[in-house]
Amino acid sequence: MSVDVDKAIAELKLKVEGMPGAENKLTMIVMSGDLDKHLAAMIIATGAAAMGMKVVMFFTYWGTPALRAPQKKVGGKNFMGKMFAMMLPKGRNKLKLSQMHMAGMGTAMMKGLMKKKNVAGLDEMYDVAAQLAVKIYACQMSMDLMGFKKEELIDYPGLEVCGVATMLAHAKESAIQFFI
Amino acid sequence: MADYAVVKTLDYKGLACPMPVVKISQQIGTVAIGEVIEVYTTDPGSLSDFPAWAKTMGHAIVETKQEPGLIKIYVKRQK
Repeated sequence: MSVDVDKAIAELKLKVEGMPGAENKLTMIVMSGDLDKHLAAMIIATGAAAMGMKVVMFFTYWGTPALRAPQKKVGGKNFMGKMFAMMLPKGRNKLKLSQMHMAGMGTAMMKGLMKKKNVAGLDEMYDVAAQLAVKIYACQMSMDLMGFKKEELIDYPGLEVCGVATMLAHAKESAIQFFI
Repeated sequence: MADYAVVKTLDYKGLACPMPVVKISQQIGTVAIGEVIEVYTTDPGSLSDFPAWAKTMGHAIVETKQEPGLIKIYVKRQK
């Protein structure tokens, strides 16, 4: 029996390209609204982009408030929406440490320490992420639940709102998936 | 080990993880293939991070020098 090598190679190629995790891509779900975990997420994202990986971040649940723009105001919220808007951090610079927050003292101290040790803060990390074309999606369902609107999110290049299927499609193609 | 010429020196002193690696990834394209960039860093993590980055990206670390309070890393663009 003779084997058609070219045909076999073409079939294999098609198979390999369609395999899960074949792309040099990192998919990350950011569920936490803690400052420390958020910093870790941004360090991993920018580091991966620097290593030549495509990076896609999905902000869901307590992660979504980090994408709120502090200066933007939107009207037309119901009572629950207003409550969530008031009680959740308005933007990345209002996030708290998961430990040793100590009514704000611990978080302030950590931010001071980061400055002193020249560790990049979240503002700089977002700038770098944008330069490296890190893609950010916000979870539509979380936003609906908490009453957030796209108009009150930060001006980040290519920021989009999506659902679970978009995340899963990216995750399936990615060589690495993280949940933070 | 000195059979290379440095075409550019980048000062990353004082920068912490992940900035040295992020910045070299943005700068490597500014020199031609085969050319070497000299990087100054004070971040000890760079000693393992630069080789890991170079391996992944297909570049080479041709030399590393450690002086008191200063690390010099020589990165060769290979593609």
